[in-house]
Amino acid sequence: MSASTMRIALVGNPNCGKTALFNQLTGGRQKVANYAGVTVERKEGRFTAPSGRTLQILDLPGAYSFDATSPDEAITRDVCLGRYPGEAAPDLIVCVADATNLRLHLRFVLEVRRLGRPVVLALNMMDAARKRGLVIDVEKLSRRLGVPVVETIAVQRGGARSLIERIDKAVPDIVPSAIDQANVDELHAEVRAILAEAVSTSRNTVAIDDAIDRWALHPVFGLAILAVLMFMIFQAVFSWAQPVMDAITDGITALGVWTTSFLPADSALHSLLNDGVFAGLGAVLVFLPQILILFLFILILEESGYLPRAAFLLDRMMFKVGLTGRAFIPLLSSFACAIPGIMATRSINDPRDRLTTILVAPLMTCSARLPVYTLLIAAFIPDRAVGIFNLQGIVLFVLYFAGIFSALGVAFVMKRFRKDRSEHALIMELPSYRLPNVRDVALGLWERALIFLKRVGGIITALTVLLWFLSSFPGAPEGATGPAIDYSLAGMLGRGLQYVFAPIGFNWQICIALVPGLAAREVAVAALGTVYAMSGTDDAVASQLGPVIAHSWSLATALSLLAWYVFAPQCMSTLAVIRRETNSWRNVAIAAGYLFGLAYLASLATYQIARALS
Amino acid sequence: MNNVYNANSSYLRNPVRLSDAPKGAQAVVQSVTDAHPADPIAQRLRDLGFVAGEPVRLVARGPLGGDPLLIQIGSTRFALRKTEAARVEVTVDGAA
Repeated sequence: MSASTMRIALVGNPNCGKTALFNQLTGGRQKVANYAGVTVERKEGRFTAPSGRTLQILDLPGAYSFDATSPDEAITRDVCLGRYPGEAAPDLIVCVADATNLRLHLRFVLEVRRLGRPVVLALNMMDAARKRGLVIDVEKLSRRLGVPVVETIAVQRGGARSLIERIDKAVPDIVPSAIDQANVDELHAEVRAILAEAVSTSRNTVAIDDAIDRWALHPVFGLAILAVLMFMIFQAVFSWAQPVMDAITDGITALGVWTTSFLPADSALHSLLNDGVFAGLGAVLVFLPQILILFLFILILEESGYLPRAAFLLDRMMFKVGLTGRAFIPLLSSFACAIPGIMATRSINDPRDRLTTILVAPLMTCSARLPVYTLLIAAFIPDRAVGIFNLQGIVLFVLYFAGIFSALGVAFVMKRFRKDRSEHALIMELPSYRLPNVRDVALGLWERALIFLKRVGGIITALTVLLWFLSSFPGAPEGATGPAIDYSLAGMLGRGLQYVFAPIGFNWQICIALVPGLAAREVAVAALGTVYAMSGTDDAVASQLGPVIAHSWSLATALSLLAWYVFAPQCMSTLAVIRRETNSWRNVAIAAGYLFGLAYLASLATYQIARALS
Repeated sequence: MNNVYNANSSYLRNPVRLSDAPKGAQAVVQSVTDAHPADPIAQRLRDLGFVAGEPVRLVARGPLGGDPLLIQIGSTRFALRKTEAARVEVTVDGAA
């Protein structure tokens, strides 16, 4: 320990408001990373105390107990004990407990005290406790526990002042624990004794939660509320994001044009910057609006305490097909982009449930498929009314549901083939409802945007550059008549692939476009434009492309390509994230293998049936 | 490990599994049974406070097949699947 820096670890039960307190203390000065080799998030921040000392704060994963049943809990315990490799023991442990939920949280406080390290107890959510008529005798609690106790309100400006003052004083003495080898019953007995002595309550029931849950968890209204919420979120994601996405595309293109205007127009560098670097950058940034809007809603629902209720409502259905109610949140995120969706599977405790969720997440129709769907539907499906619906709308709807149902089917098959048949646990805490805090939502959004840009940005940009190289070299020979890409490495690859893809109705132009489309699905539209020797902005290419393919492709080919896009893992970044999150190339191979297999079979069936019928 | 709690004999009126308790009823935990040796789910339930003498209430049942269950213990609410709640033996005090 250096003289001026003090290391503090924040620990506490899940839902104790620990992260809100962490945000309150450190503001935006946070670093988010992973613990080496595992996918448990490590959050660290720092702030300067009034005394001028720098305090370095580590936000440890939430834990119910140190009898670790999850990797999160094992890390929390080992870091507190100074046993975690590469992590110095904290000088002080700040144990956060929800004052409204002391019966559960005090038990963990006792476990923390037993570690034999300096501890301060932060009684959080004191405002909510007072509102509920809980009277907590802090003096008595502190004497009984033998550790300093401070009151905090993490969601209120200045709500951590008493904690900062206490930390800034001397490090408290270590108290020898009265019970060293206590079993579960003794710990609970001790909690009851402490509660009886230090806490009095006027009423026991949680009236607000009861009232909301009566509707939110109602067998009929609960499901209806959930359906309406989901519909509104999707409506917002698609209608609010579009203008911003257009602006980003135009902005990046303009920037590319401006930057490269100083270079000779036919040079390789000009092409590399425009078609490689800036195209890659645009491909990444264009998804940000949809992802941020979706996450805004997810964060609000999470902060308010609603999301676990949605998991509660859907658990039975998802369990039947081999998933868990907890998979609802990651799969919902995957509709924007599978990458944050796969990262969100960390909240699933059971490793089998988590892996299944990761493997089916790419089947959710992400926003990158939309440009391809839009192009093909506009070109081939007549804009005709069918009853009160529009035929094009119905096809889009069918494509979405094909993804969802195949995900359920794949999960079901995986469940049948699993060797480990021991019981999967749900056991999920449903926190009290609360109003979301603006700062916590904003920080959460910022964090996710950064993670997305860092993880995905690098990969997509690098691949786009690589694919630019494949599509540009070798250049077309003198006097060539076809488009230049036809003579390049990508062109040769596409020609080769044609033999494989002929049975599903793909012509050589599609095969070539599939190669750059591997980096990111929507790039395929631009690549098709290149193959058909078009130039201009993406929008211009798409509008020219429609009539051309409508003329030169058969309907069977178009439907086959749509079916391909429902399944094919045409996204390197998703595969890269699966590798990161599961730490295994085997899972990447399984995901890519089964998705390609499904895509090929679905396209084959679609093409052959469509041809037979026409 | 499943010491039966004898503190109050009135709790022993009619022990049932928590999964079979009537909705809205106030109940008191008697014990948590391991479904098999070293049952991690039973251990987790004990960690969460399902120990002898704790009052619990079945607040709601899931919309499909009545699964999972919403259980309130103290002021904390947990979603437990029926198979999980079946590990908890309770005595019912009467519907609230």
